[in-house]
Amino acid sequence: MIWNDEYETLPREALEALQLKRLRDLTDRVAATVPFYGRKLDQIGYKPGDIRTLADLQNLPFTGKDDLRDNYPFGMFAVPMERVVRIHASSGTTGKPTVVGYTRRDVDTWSELMARTLSCGGTTSKDIVHNAYGYGLFTGGLGAHYGAEKIGAAVIPMSGGNTKRQILIMKDFGSTILCCTPSYALNIAEVMTDEGVDPAALKLKCGLFGAEPWTEGMRREIERKLKINALDIYGLSEVIGPGVASECVEEKHGLHVFEDHFIAEIIDPASGRPLPFGEKGELVFTTLTKEAFPVLRYRTRDISRLIPTPCACGRTMMRMERISGRTDDMLIIRGVNVFPSQIEAVLMDIEGVEPHYQLIVSREGTLDVLEVQVEVNESVFTDEIKGLERLARRVEEDIKDLLTVSCKVRLVEPKTIQRSEGKAKRVIDNRKV
Amino acid sequence: MRVEQISIFLENKSGRLAEVTNILAKVGVNIRALSLADTTDFGVLRVIVDQNEAAKQALKSHGFTVGKTEVLAVAVPDRPGGLAKILGVLESGRINVEYMYAFVQRSGDNAIMIFRFDELDKAIQVLTGAGVRVLKGEELYAL
Repeated sequence: MIWNDEYETLPREALEALQLKRLRDLTDRVAATVPFYGRKLDQIGYKPGDIRTLADLQNLPFTGKDDLRDNYPFGMFAVPMERVVRIHASSGTTGKPTVVGYTRRDVDTWSELMARTLSCGGTTSKDIVHNAYGYGLFTGGLGAHYGAEKIGAAVIPMSGGNTKRQILIMKDFGSTILCCTPSYALNIAEVMTDEGVDPAALKLKCGLFGAEPWTEGMRREIERKLKINALDIYGLSEVIGPGVASECVEEKHGLHVFEDHFIAEIIDPASGRPLPFGEKGELVFTTLTKEAFPVLRYRTRDISRLIPTPCACGRTMMRMERISGRTDDMLIIRGVNVFPSQIEAVLMDIEGVEPHYQLIVSREGTLDVLEVQVEVNESVFTDEIKGLERLARRVEEDIKDLLTVSCKVRLVEPKTIQRSEGKAKRVIDNRKV
Repeated sequence: MRVEQISIFLENKSGRLAEVTNILAKVGVNIRALSLADTTDFGVLRVIVDQNEAAKQALKSHGFTVGKTEVLAVAVPDRPGGLAKILGVLESGRINVEYMYAFVQRSGDNAIMIFRFDELDKAIQVLTGAGVRVLKGEELYAL
């Protein structure tokens, strides 16, 4: 179901003309209103009107997470505070959070984008949206909330946590659409089993899951356990929050970037050079319409590639492949790049193994040691030691085959790996570097 | 002829075995035989108990991974060469023993050993064919 027929199915030519006009306006605007961009653009000798084609974007400076931190809290805002109606902040795992602002029009744009996202999963005004994204400084909760209200659906503002109560409400209120992180969706499914609640007896039909990277295997697992369609949605607070891109239920293959509001680029994370179309690299976004917190070429540190083929759903908006990792959660183990999502993909390909895992990296002498903890559930359990050892060896061999890195698999008791109520913690790095 | 054995996955951490036995004690389940196989990281505890369902439910509700296996309880003459003779019968019948352990109680002049085979039916056939007594579940729990 397409929320905004006019824009979401715009012919490419018209879309690119719109992008060019908006990019030109944006660049001139930030040059004049954000001192950081004024300096950066001055350094490259930019003059108003210098953007003549979309390719000129490649000459503009990048914005990094550090730039946002250096301008903490409001230094990157392009409007005076009297025009700001909302402030969000991203969880800073190290140091200070990143602060973003919205004008009234930005909030409207965001609501529109989340209405599009929810519509990608078939949400209509008849639906009951169970919103288990965290409310607060995190953009997930309010982002999904406003989108659902824009559609006219009934929103249950659950926020995260208290899983038993979530399930009770899902059951009693007849929630039809679930919004949360994918790891939390699995947690909900598991608690349902423990509580003897049959997911097929619920009214849930679709889940919109984002805010952390996940895999196709995890999608199959969530769909099987909750008996729903599970869609990947993408966003980050520095760009707008959720609502940057979304999968459609028709293809479930790649996320449509809402290109009338954002331009996506893929660059080589090491050199910063744009990569040929279709190649895998770091995603970079430019916000075309944001007023309070516009960004030029923001480096997301997320790894993806763009998909050139048209989609069955009818949207002309280009698709990006689901995020396969982050340049900063990439582990370097004995010189090899390892993403937690790659290990997850290996585990999900082994019949019966649960997608609950944790990676522990340590250093013995000068050597990096990777331990993969995997929970033993009833479907993989056997009373024979050799059977369990065979399972552990199989995981070790499959990881070695895919990543060329040897690891040690440790089988652990069920539910000993901490369950997620938001973003899952997959890696514990004990190396003292 | 078959006897049900419960197996429990345990991480090699202090207190895990104590916890299993405490859980079983609380629901009034009596352990009749027990064996623990372990590696450096984990172990598998195998027990024969007097109430299988109660034991399984209690352990599962405490989050343990619990499995169920069928094993044989074999009467072994309690004298030198008693076990050797039975293993000889199995060998000539080409039956592979996965593992075995001793039952706590005796049955008359016999010791009782628990055997786990891959080919359970064939094992029963070979053993009973050679005149070896295989105990029924009820006989075992009644000891």
